[in-house]
Amino acid sequence: MAIKKFAVACYNDEEVLFPAVKKVRHSGFKLHDVYTPFPVHGLDHALGLKETDLHVAGFIYGITGTATAVGFMSWIFTSDWPINFGGKPHWSLPAFIPITFELTVLFAAVGMVLTFCYLNQIMPGVKKHVFHPRQSDDLFVVALEISDANEQEAINFLKTTGAVETSVQIAESEWWYGRFDKEEPYEKYTTVNG
Amino acid sequence: MHLKYESFVREPLVDGEKNYHQVTEDIVRPIEQKPGRMWYVGFFFSVILLCWGVFSVFWEVYYGIGVWGINRTVGWGWDITNFVWWVGIGHAGTLISAILLLFRQGWRTGVNRAAEAMTIFAVMCAGQFPIFHMGRVWDAFFVLPYPNSRGPLWPNFNSALMWDVFAISTYFTVSLLFWYSGLVPDFATIRDRAKTKLRKRLYGLASFGWTGTAKNWQRHEALSLVLAGLSTPLVLSVHTIVSFDFATSVIPGWHTTIFPPYFVAGAIFSGFAMVNTLLIVCRKIMGLEDYITVGHLEAMNKVIVLTGSIVGVAYLTELFMAWYSQVVYEQDAFKWRIMGPYWWSYWAMMTCNVVSPQLFWFKKLRRNIPFTFVMSIVVNIGMWFERFVIIVTSLYRDYLPGSWTYYSPTWTEMGFYVGTFGLFFTCFFLFAKYFPVIAIAEIKFILKTSGESFKKEMAPIDAKSTEEFKHELEHAHH
Repeated sequence: MAIKKFAVACYNDEEVLFPAVKKVRHSGFKLHDVYTPFPVHGLDHALGLKETDLHVAGFIYGITGTATAVGFMSWIFTSDWPINFGGKPHWSLPAFIPITFELTVLFAAVGMVLTFCYLNQIMPGVKKHVFHPRQSDDLFVVALEISDANEQEAINFLKTTGAVETSVQIAESEWWYGRFDKEEPYEKYTTVNG
Repeated sequence: MHLKYESFVREPLVDGEKNYHQVTEDIVRPIEQKPGRMWYVGFFFSVILLCWGVFSVFWEVYYGIGVWGINRTVGWGWDITNFVWWVGIGHAGTLISAILLLFRQGWRTGVNRAAEAMTIFAVMCAGQFPIFHMGRVWDAFFVLPYPNSRGPLWPNFNSALMWDVFAISTYFTVSLLFWYSGLVPDFATIRDRAKTKLRKRLYGLASFGWTGTAKNWQRHEALSLVLAGLSTPLVLSVHTIVSFDFATSVIPGWHTTIFPPYFVAGAIFSGFAMVNTLLIVCRKIMGLEDYITVGHLEAMNKVIVLTGSIVGVAYLTELFMAWYSQVVYEQDAFKWRIMGPYWWSYWAMMTCNVVSPQLFWFKKLRRNIPFTFVMSIVVNIGMWFERFVIIVTSLYRDYLPGSWTYYSPTWTEMGFYVGTFGLFFTCFFLFAKYFPVIAIAEIKFILKTSGESFKKEMAPIDAKSTEEFKHELEHAHH
């Protein structure tokens, strides 16, 4: 939880966003984050973000599911309560395949979605500051973390990057429990014109 | 950076002059407006059907399974027919959302949200039938492998019916997660533009606080891709396992190895028909003709004619194998399917599933909306009869002529079926009112390559030589 000051620039096209992001990274200003209404391919590389390891997590969950299913059924049929089904072997591995497969998929999917929510810090009841109401509509938003000292400098810089709208905002930088229909008392939004 | 150019040969996936904002407007508008009269009429009618279903099920639970027409010879009747039918319908949604994602089929973006919703509602309907078929439904939880006071006596994990429990519940869970993970960013879109406090609050909850940072989207893409990769074998496994319910038994007409692929093809066949039925109505009432174009319907009709033909080949293979096997029970089972007292169900199946879909070889008919709508219903009638034929006409004349019988459903069984229509459409009407029927973010993602207005701007790129185009692509920014 930290309330910070941001200089915010909005762009109306990803073609403008890419050179702007490049400039921001070379400008020396502290980049808070970039918000887009849809996945813009290549933006993660332009920002220098690492590839996500979410699929590795998915693989580990999947293997856990496989082991759980095979282990559980093997234990039940060979040691906990062996039953003779028409003279077939107790440890009848081919017959375990369907349930093993289903549990692999189930564990991988549920585990990955929970990990996804945890990594992105999203959950019902979680609130994060929305820098521009159209950042999920048609605007591509870049937010810089600034101080009182470099506020003017940051705004002047952002205006040179082709932004259609710039603003200075005071807002929470992380997530918190809150309602989206309520504004927080500390939040401040000043549009910078011209 | 993905390719920003797509050939003129492909028809646009989004018609009209659109920009990102217009896409949001078009798709969110029905959610923000009061629903029209058609919506209220449809919703009310669905709720009535649902109530009738609840009453029929109550009657069955109160008086016992004897109120159904099933008997000692025909143990599975309309209930399992409807179960397989509904599960099959669900398969098209997963095919569109998962398999077509892996195949990078752009046209799926217009229809995947609604198709996946259909999957979830169809599986919900399907699940009712085996549960209430148990008779003592209050003991339904016995199928779950939990440490119990009966030993613990575990369920039989070697039984195809037990595999079904795992398959259907996994399928439902994974479909729901896949669907909802796509909905989260779109709920954020609705939340951010909401005018009323209540809408902002509720969609704020539903959106999980999504803001769409670059990292969020990167993980979202990874998640979608892996879930698609998981759902693809999952959807094939589900109907395979449903077919095992039959194929692992020793009933003539059921005990064949062709069942898994034959069931999966049939499932996709009926599912696409149901997607067509729903979307033709949806696009009209909600004014989404620009997003669900005739091209989308044509693509689905192509899948219908393909899977319909596969099903046709399977029917003929079954007949051939019955003859070739020289097993008298197998031969008689098929003889009575064609010419026995249930001849009408076999021929209804053949006409609706094999003969009439062949008309879709004609492009004119594939692109004809009223014809597509009628065909989509014909196909679903045909696929219902297929399951009826497989189940009832394999059972009613068993090995012992003394126990031969004729099965017809009673009003409670029919009411149960009607009730699942009520459940399905009640859910679908609520979905159409409160959820974005088209994936907003995904449409924006393909807009610049497949939008009609953007395609027009590709003439200068089209005029370039291949060498020139390649050079420019390689030297684009970054």
